[in-house]
Amino acid sequence: MNLSNYLVLASLLFAIGTATVLLRRNAIIVFMGVELMLNAANLLLVTFARIHGDLQGQVMAFFVMVVAAAEVVVGLAIIVSIFRTRRSASVDDVNLLKS
Amino acid sequence: MPILRLLELAPAQQQAASGFFQSSAWLLVAIPLLSAAFLLLAGKRADRWGHWVGVAASGLAFLFGLGVTVSLLGDDAATRVRSLHLFSWIPAGSLHLDAGMRLDPLSLTFVLLVTFVGTLIHVYSVAYMEQDPSRRRFFAYLNFFIAAMLLLVLADSYLLLFVGWEGVGLASYLLIGFWNHETPNAVAAKKAFVMNRVGDLGLIVALMLMFATFGAVDFTTVFHGAPAASTGLLTATGLMLLLAACGKSAQFPLQAWLGDAMAGPTPVSALIHAATMVTAGVYLVVRSAPIFEGAPTAQLVVVIVGGVTLIFGAIVGLAKDDIKKALAASTTSQIGYMILAAGLGPVGYALAIFHLVTHGFFKAGLFLGAGSVMHGMDDQVDMRRFGALRKFLPFTWATFALGWLAILGIPPFSGFWSKDKIIEAAFVGDGWRPWVFGLVALIGAGITAFYMSRLFFMTYHGTERWTNDQHPHESPRLMTVPMIVLAVGSAAVGGLLSIGGAFTIWLEPVTGHHEHGEPVLSVPVITVATLALVLAGVFFAWRQYAVSTVPTTPPLASGMTRAARRDLYQDEVNEAVFMRPGQYLTRSLVYADRRVLDAGVNGLGRLVAASGEVLRRLQNGFARTYAATMVAGLLILLVVVLVFQS
Amino acid sequence: MTQLSVILSLPAALTSGGNISAGETALFWVLAPLMVFGALGLLFARKAVHAALGIVLVMISLAFLYTAQEAPFLGVVQVVVYTGAVMMLFLFVLMLVGVDNSDSLVETLKGQRWIGAILGVGTAAVLIGVIRTATLDQAKGLTSANADSNPVGVARVIFGQDIFAFEVVGVLLITAALGALVLTHRQRLVPRVGQKERADARIAAGGGLAPLAAPGVYARSNALDTPALDPEGRPIEESVPRVLRIRGQRRSATEVQAQIGGTAAVDPAQIEEGSQP
Repeated sequence: MNLSNYLVLASLLFAIGTATVLLRRNAIIVFMGVELMLNAANLLLVTFARIHGDLQGQVMAFFVMVVAAAEVVVGLAIIVSIFRTRRSASVDDVNLLKS
Repeated sequence: MPILRLLELAPAQQQAASGFFQSSAWLLVAIPLLSAAFLLLAGKRADRWGHWVGVAASGLAFLFGLGVTVSLLGDDAATRVRSLHLFSWIPAGSLHLDAGMRLDPLSLTFVLLVTFVGTLIHVYSVAYMEQDPSRRRFFAYLNFFIAAMLLLVLADSYLLLFVGWEGVGLASYLLIGFWNHETPNAVAAKKAFVMNRVGDLGLIVALMLMFATFGAVDFTTVFHGAPAASTGLLTATGLMLLLAACGKSAQFPLQAWLGDAMAGPTPVSALIHAATMVTAGVYLVVRSAPIFEGAPTAQLVVVIVGGVTLIFGAIVGLAKDDIKKALAASTTSQIGYMILAAGLGPVGYALAIFHLVTHGFFKAGLFLGAGSVMHGMDDQVDMRRFGALRKFLPFTWATFALGWLAILGIPPFSGFWSKDKIIEAAFVGDGWRPWVFGLVALIGAGITAFYMSRLFFMTYHGTERWTNDQHPHESPRLMTVPMIVLAVGSAAVGGLLSIGGAFTIWLEPVTGHHEHGEPVLSVPVITVATLALVLAGVFFAWRQYAVSTVPTTPPLASGMTRAARRDLYQDEVNEAVFMRPGQYLTRSLVYADRRVLDAGVNGLGRLVAASGEVLRRLQNGFARTYAATMVAGLLILLVVVLVFQS
Repeated sequence: MTQLSVILSLPAALTSGGNISAGETALFWVLAPLMVFGALGLLFARKAVHAALGIVLVMISLAFLYTAQEAPFLGVVQVVVYTGAVMMLFLFVLMLVGVDNSDSLVETLKGQRWIGAILGVGTAAVLIGVIRTATLDQAKGLTSANADSNPVGVARVIFGQDIFAFEVVGVLLITAALGALVLTHRQRLVPRVGQKERADARIAAGGGLAPLAAPGVYARSNALDTPALDPEGRPIEESVPRVLRIRGQRRSATEVQAQIGGTAAVDPAQIEEGSQP
């Protein structure tokens, strides 16, 4: 096998993450799908770091992780505050921008 | 082949105005105009003395005009055409038009006539409009009219003439509809204005033709270039100018408005619709002599129009019972004489103007007399309700009689000198023309005599046919004095100005000197025939209206009389030929505008709104739909990039 | 320490340069299906907690793969930060929102299911197609880059080239923490109910002045189903768990008395029949 298998795996995970974002209604599960996408990207970066023999890819993946952590913090805070006011965690309920 | 007239001189050969009076000739227009503005803006506090300001303005203009005339008389005959440059008006590309005044015998004749008769009528109006609360406004409009008319006759270019032309049209509208709280008056004013507009169209087209042909519209350039222009263009221009003249002078086919214009106060009818404004058409034709002389066809049309109108007016005048309307028909007919004379060429120009001057005097006098009768008979206008007024209105009777004799053409009164000369001139020429035109003029004179005598006898003689509450009384001094002055003028002016052909010689710088042709009938024959017809007309009128009883209601009459009572169905014809098709055109255009254009534009708007409605559904507010759109866009972008890379 | 050195020496065993050893292949082919399975579990699970478990599986497998790819530092960070912190955060929020909160399977947006499926498959197809048709460089491997061990190498890059990004990311983390505080801040809408207020409310409702006894004061036995007896010998209902009470597995006071011996101030037989206070 060669290293492109990792890439294929990463793409597959990314696609499943996309599908989760589009298909699930629970806000937290959608968020988890986003996390899955980020992780798939991290795998991609690490694989390419290995291919190029350059640690830059790993550093990028590291930063992605840090930023993802920050993002999760804020995102979950938002979901919690929405849930407190609306008592619902469904993504479809935040449709006030409907025209 | 007329000798080159002074007005056909090249621009470089024109004489400039000199001396105090000539250089300040613009005051002739400015003084009445300022007075009009002042009277309009002064407000109610000027009501008690405003009219005297108006009279003074008109009088001042007359004295000034007299000054200019005297200064011109002092000059040699060859230098009597002066131009006064006022200011540079239109410097636009190839058109460089300056506003200026042309001081020559023709314009000064008009100036004197307008201001003299105008001032007399101003004085008359002080007493006639005494009871009217809007008297000040009346005088403002009268002054405005004087200013506009003077601008018209003093202008040195067709465009400036047009400004004056429009000004008198406006003044006419304002004055006819002076009592516009009564709807018929407002309607009559509107009718006059609209029919004038049709004539104005002719003048505008003529202006355009002149500009296209000569590159300029001032008299000097146009007349200098006229002999060299093509006949076709000159004919077209001439016909358009004739159309303008017909509109302003109430000639056939635009004569329907003058009868209705009698709805205005009588001084207005006297000044505007007898003596001055309606003669502006004649002025235009005579002024444009070089153009008409290059277009014989146009001249023929002018003569025909004049001939048709004089018969038309005479026939209508036969059947009118309203004194003012009868006099209006008479005006149309007399101006027909002037137009006929003007169309005869150089031989007739001076005669047309001469008749214009004498007509100004006696027609104004007749109208003022009619006003005096109306004043004494409580604003009654139906002649069938007059009768035997001679004892009660002696001054009016006397002045009216003089005017009547003048218009008949009885020697030695004015009309004889002017009208008979026109009839003689009509008989000059070759072929069928002198016979047709001459006989028409002759017969017209006979009919004129009949209907004018009818008017005179019905009003002042015969039996009393008044309504129960009439107390006829003479008019105050302020009214009778102007009438007397005009009567003296009607009697004497003609004779005085004919001594030694003074008037013709005075006008020569404008009309050119020429030899009289010989009429096909000898002069004595014509004179005797005319007098005979006139006396016959007077006799028949006397028999029917002074001796027999005049019925107080119009009796059943023949078809011709009925037609004449209805103005020979002129209104019906106008409506059918112009008004209704015009209305249909307007309505169909409005319909097209609404259905086609508006529908198109609105439809486009609706289409956009509808498509917006459809697109709006994309914004359903659901985050997942937006996410799907984003992913789809991303995929498409990736695919496109990949496809174009490989 | 020794564990760390074992972990750090693993990559050397699995790979040398860009070559992929048989061990790595085996690792990959074991973990890859598991990861796909976990991801699909995230996609299709009804309960949110099952979905969370699925993604945790994915993340831990990823840590394994990072380690296999000569990125041990990143593997550890993945476990500690991602799985350990982020996913636990997710689970806490899930508990806050409602653990047994389950999505209905009915799709509310028209056609969204089809769109989601098509787009997901489409994404996979496009990306995999690109990878398949691309020619990759010969893998160089990270042996030279990891010469001073992977953390040192990574540290060299972070604190060398990307020091500015590092600082900014630090600021970002602080901002995120503050943001979370601000977003979840709740205004006090009702006055704070402190001890005094609570006591006042209890008295107003007709409760007793004295506090309840400490646990164990009245207990007769360690057994859950044995009720405690109050000074009069009556059983205290609240001392038996509600579930047992409902199931009827509470021991009666008589049994209790018999077991413990001794006399009660009140006749046990009366106690059971009479109404309890």
